[in-house]
Amino acid sequence: MTKRIVIPVGPQHPALKEPASFDVTLQGERVADILVKVGYNHRGIEKGCEGRPYLHCVYLLERVCGICSHSHSTCFIQAVEEVANVKIPERAAYIRSIFGELERIHSHLLWLGVAAHEIGFDTLLMYSWRDREVVMDLLALLAGNRVNYAVNVIGGVRKDITEEEKEQILKAVDILEERTKYYIQVATEEVSFIERLSKVGYISYEDALRLGAVGPTGRASGIKRDVRKDDPYAAYEEVEFNVITDDHCDVYGRAVVRVKELMEAYSIIRQLIKKLPQTALAVNVPKNIPAGEAVARYEAPRGEDIHYLKSNGTDKPDRVKLRAPTLANVQSVAKMLENGNFADVPIVIAAIDPCFSCTDRMIVASNDLLSAKENRMTWKQLREFSIDWYKKNKGVDFSKIKKLGK
Amino acid sequence: MTAALINVLIFPGLLFLFVLSLIGEYYDRKLYARMQNRMGPPWFQPVADFIKLLSKELIIPANADARIFKVLPLVACISTIVAYLYIPLFSNNSLLPFNGDIIFVLYMLTLPTLSYALAGWYSRSPYSLVGTMRVLTQLFAYEVPLFMAVLAPAILASSWSFQEVISFYGNSWLWLVNIPAFAVAIVTLQGKLEKVPFDIPEAETEIVAGVFTEYTGPLYAYFRLAMNMQTIVGASLVAAVFFPFGFGTCVLLNFVIYLLKIAFIIFLLALMRTLFARLRIDQMLVFCWKYLAPVALLQITINIIIKAWF
Repeated sequence: MTKRIVIPVGPQHPALKEPASFDVTLQGERVADILVKVGYNHRGIEKGCEGRPYLHCVYLLERVCGICSHSHSTCFIQAVEEVANVKIPERAAYIRSIFGELERIHSHLLWLGVAAHEIGFDTLLMYSWRDREVVMDLLALLAGNRVNYAVNVIGGVRKDITEEEKEQILKAVDILEERTKYYIQVATEEVSFIERLSKVGYISYEDALRLGAVGPTGRASGIKRDVRKDDPYAAYEEVEFNVITDDHCDVYGRAVVRVKELMEAYSIIRQLIKKLPQTALAVNVPKNIPAGEAVARYEAPRGEDIHYLKSNGTDKPDRVKLRAPTLANVQSVAKMLENGNFADVPIVIAAIDPCFSCTDRMIVASNDLLSAKENRMTWKQLREFSIDWYKKNKGVDFSKIKKLGK
Repeated sequence: MTAALINVLIFPGLLFLFVLSLIGEYYDRKLYARMQNRMGPPWFQPVADFIKLLSKELIIPANADARIFKVLPLVACISTIVAYLYIPLFSNNSLLPFNGDIIFVLYMLTLPTLSYALAGWYSRSPYSLVGTMRVLTQLFAYEVPLFMAVLAPAILASSWSFQEVISFYGNSWLWLVNIPAFAVAIVTLQGKLEKVPFDIPEAETEIVAGVFTEYTGPLYAYFRLAMNMQTIVGASLVAAVFFPFGFGTCVLLNFVIYLLKIAFIIFLLALMRTLFARLRIDQMLVFCWKYLAPVALLQITINIIIKAWF
């Protein structure tokens, strides 16, 4: 068969929960080519931050994404606190971590349901979303909201965790652990589930590195990277946990990594609750943040989230830039789908746990900029420039660090 | 003449099948929902859905061939109803018995599938085209095992008419021999009804609604109705061939036994829907030809040996 058909998956399609476009060129049932287009969900949040005081920015950034709302607000606040040179009280750091892990639990359970739906396994969708209600109710109990918890304030948190709430958390974690064990059993024993997921959306360790895959997507290809471990923030230095990796390199591996991460999250929460120190909840931070810039990293459920902040000494940021994990992962989707089956397109897209509302930015490509050769840098030049910059400004020598991958 | 007309239009023809198919849909959906820990729809939901769809605007795509586009849902409905008239339900006789009616019913049940394929083809939308390809590929996967499985009991009875098959098994327990073929028939019936794990032709996360993507309003309602009626007709066919008992003198009791039989078969279909994830089309082909067809062949071999024995 030589005739090719182009199937538009998106911008509106039942497989996608948010608008994005994947034009799949099919040869029979095989994927011959795929064209990824994002940008249907641009809301101008970065620009919106520039005109607002820092506290308002926290509220705005919490609404970047409906799932990892805590991730974005914490990441931004970490950048602000770095510029303002504030050290938050220990209890606040612990509470931020607890919320971060609860958010990871609800995000991963949500993903499990979505992935099951993409392969037509609606029973698992219903089960995992039913169990997700346990953690959603818990979040509503702790913060008053199911999705936008708004626990962060600059300099700490606004909401304490009382003794009764501690018990509630532990009880909920016990229930969830029980259920997660069941899902691990399903994931390792259910034949049609394994058949549909293994050897689908394969991406090797080298390719995953080269395309910059982060979070569970990268870890399922054996890249042992986790900001919680590599560059600990909040209270992650105080707890013991493993960075889950897997060498399946396919969608099945990504499912296994996420389910096992759930088990780690339960253990982290238990340790944090046990050690929760008795300190104040927040310190006062002046309204005007001194001039400076900072980059903060945060391990969101979907991968590494990066926020860049440039302040100018007023109460409003000069520039806020965020790089959501989906932007790092979406590049690898085209590679994963090479020579794949059309039936696997939805699950491969879903396997990176895409969040397009986090990702979409407006990009203006100015012709002047593109034509000016001297403004362009190759990868090598950029690397040298950054090594020089760190040597000069921070006194750190990065030149000895080996380039990863090829 | 009047009696024949009543038989075709009211009982056990059009109207009875229509009501039974709606009840069947409710029962199937409720079972599926309860097994998934959901509430499930209220009893009138299938009726409400049908009426709602009938009242919706009918949109025919500009590229589609309007005449064929409109005729196909009716072809699907009519061929299903015709198939139903030839299946013995609660007496050992159908309305119009003749030698070879098992084959006839199987062919009448293939027609709706072909009309789905044509519907996708004439819709001229990319999703429907992929759906058409999948409907036909899937047809080649399940049709042969289904035929072999349904005909295996008939081979043992040395007849291709329902009446003789039923009277052959009579009140003996010989029908238990056909359990493997029954399993194959149930699995392939699921493929024919295009439900999970064989809902490949209308996999909503891949090709939206497959061949039915461009169908709206009344025409879609008729397709859905055809699908629901196909569930009942398929279950009745399997019940008549594999459970040839319960045809006593008390008509009411026979009727209840018939309902129990199809309720059991629909339960098995719903259970399968709950337990599995959707297969890929290549996995479906491999599964049907590598596992189902040999089992059906084995059953035929067993039946031939038993026949030589007696």
